[in-house]
Amino acid sequence: MGDPLHPEKDFAAHLAAGRFMLQRSRETGRYIFYPRVAEPGTGSTDLEWVEASGVGTVYSTTIIRQKPPTPSYNLALVDLAEGPRMMSRVEGVPPEQVRIGMRVSAKIIRENDVPLLVFEPS
Amino acid sequence: MRDAFPRGQTAIVGAATFGIGTAPGFNNFDLAAHASVKALAMAGLRPRDVDGLFVVVMDETLSTLNFAEYLGIQPRFTDNSRTGGSSFQIQASVAALMLAAGQCDVALIAYGSNQRSTAGKLISTSRPSPWGTPYRPMQPISSYAMAAARHMHQYGTTKEQLGEVAIAARKWAQLNPEATMREDLTLESYMAARMVCDPFSARDCCLVSDGAAAVVMMRADQAADHCKRPVYVLGAAAETTHREIASMPDLTVTGTVRAAQRAFAQAHVSPSDIDIVELYDAFTINTILFLEDMGFCAKGEGGQFVASGAIAPGGKLPVNTNGGGLSCVHPGMYGLFTIVEAAQQIMGICGARQQPDVQLAIAHGNGGELSSEAVLVLGSAATLSEA
Repeated sequence: MGDPLHPEKDFAAHLAAGRFMLQRSRETGRYIFYPRVAEPGTGSTDLEWVEASGVGTVYSTTIIRQKPPTPSYNLALVDLAEGPRMMSRVEGVPPEQVRIGMRVSAKIIRENDVPLLVFEPS
Repeated sequence: MRDAFPRGQTAIVGAATFGIGTAPGFNNFDLAAHASVKALAMAGLRPRDVDGLFVVVMDETLSTLNFAEYLGIQPRFTDNSRTGGSSFQIQASVAALMLAAGQCDVALIAYGSNQRSTAGKLISTSRPSPWGTPYRPMQPISSYAMAAARHMHQYGTTKEQLGEVAIAARKWAQLNPEATMREDLTLESYMAARMVCDPFSARDCCLVSDGAAAVVMMRADQAADHCKRPVYVLGAAAETTHREIASMPDLTVTGTVRAAQRAFAQAHVSPSDIDIVELYDAFTINTILFLEDMGFCAKGEGGQFVASGAIAPGGKLPVNTNGGGLSCVHPGMYGLFTIVEAAQQIMGICGARQQPDVQLAIAHGNGGELSSEAVLVLGSAATLSEA
C-alpha cells in the first residue's frame, strides 16, 4: 500500500478497506485525482497517499432518465475540498433535488460487488 | 509563441457529401469512396492523383492503409487523426502544412460511417473510463448536459434558448433537400419533448445518421486550374484541454477560445469579418458555447444571441446553413461536414440555402467531450490580398 506506481490498484485497495484516499505531491503540495504515476504538469513522481476529507461541492449535475419503472438516477461532478474534481453520484435525495453548489459528503458503498465512492448531501 | 501558418497557400478545390441520412448496404469505406470520387471529380481529378491521404473511420485503426488500398493508390503521406469530431479540421491544417512544404501535391480528406444502418446508435471505440463508467454516464450526452446545466447556472441561459438553437438548425435543414430532419419544429413541441438527460431531450441531441464527406486540397498556384472558385485556407488551429468531462477546467469555456484566436490571427481577420459559421453542433449547448468562444458574442450572452434570431435563416450571422448535426447529418463524427458546407458556400453551389456573397467562413470541429477544438478560417480569392 502507498506505492504511487500502481495508481488504480492502490486506490481500489484503499477503497475496499473503507478509505477514500487522494494522491498528494510532496513537491508542490497539490492533491491529484484521478490517481496517476506522476503529477500533472510537473511530472513529479514523489507522491503520497493521504486520506481525503470527503467534503465536496456539486459543480454540475444531470438526471439520466430511464423508462419507468426503472428509476432515473443522478450523475454529478463534485469539486473536492482538496481541489480536484471527480465524476460521481449524489444519493439520499431524489435526483431532481441535486443542485449545483450543494455541499456533499463522500461515502463508500458496494455496487455490483465492488466498492464505489458516492456522495450524499451534507 | 510562434504560430506560423501558410496563409492562403493552399485551397480546397473539391468538397462533397454522400449517403446523408440512411445508406444501407455500404461499409464505411464504400461511403467514403463515393464522397471522395465526387469531390475529386469536382476538380477534374481521380483517385490515382492523390498522394496525401487523410482518412479516419470509427471501426478501423489502420484506416489510411485500408483506404489507400481501396482507392488503388500508394500515397506519399497518410494521416489518421484520432481526436474525435475535430480530426478533420486538424487533418486540413496538417494537409495545408504538408502541401505547402511540397510533401504532397493532392490531399484527400475523407470520412464515412454507416452507423445508423448497422448499429442504429452512436458507436464508441474508446476505452471505458475506470473513473466514470461505474456511475453509468450516458456518454457523450451526459457530459454535454452537465456543461449546459453549468452554463444555465452561471449565466441564466434558459431551456427556451437551447430550443432556439434546435429550431434554427431545423429551419436551415428545411432549405437543404439532403437534410435528414425537415419537418417543422416549434418551440412548443421542443419544450414538450421528454427529457433524456437533463436539461436535454432528444431535440437537443444530434442525429444518428449515415453519411460520408470528402475534401480535396491543393497548393494555391495549382488550385485555380482545377476549380472556378477555390476556397483558400487562411488559418487553422486546434487546442486540447482534456479527455473526460471531469477534467475539463471550466465547463462553460472550451478550447475553441484559443483555437479561434490563433486561427483568426493567422488569417488576419476578426469575428466581425466572418460571413457564415459552420460549427460542430452535436448538442444545442455547443452552438451557444462555440459562438461565445469564437467571439461572436460575449461569454454568457450566447443564449440571448441565438434567441434574437441571429443564427437562423435571415439572421445577421448564418450558422450551420446545412441544418447542422442537429437536423442534417451526424454519422458519428461531423467535423468534415462543416468543412464541406463552408467550402460549398464560398464556392456558391448551395442551392436554396446559398447565402449571398460569402467570402469568409468558419469551419469548426469538436472532439471528445468538449475536449479537442479546432477552427479553420476559409476564404475566397478576394480575401487573399487583405493580408
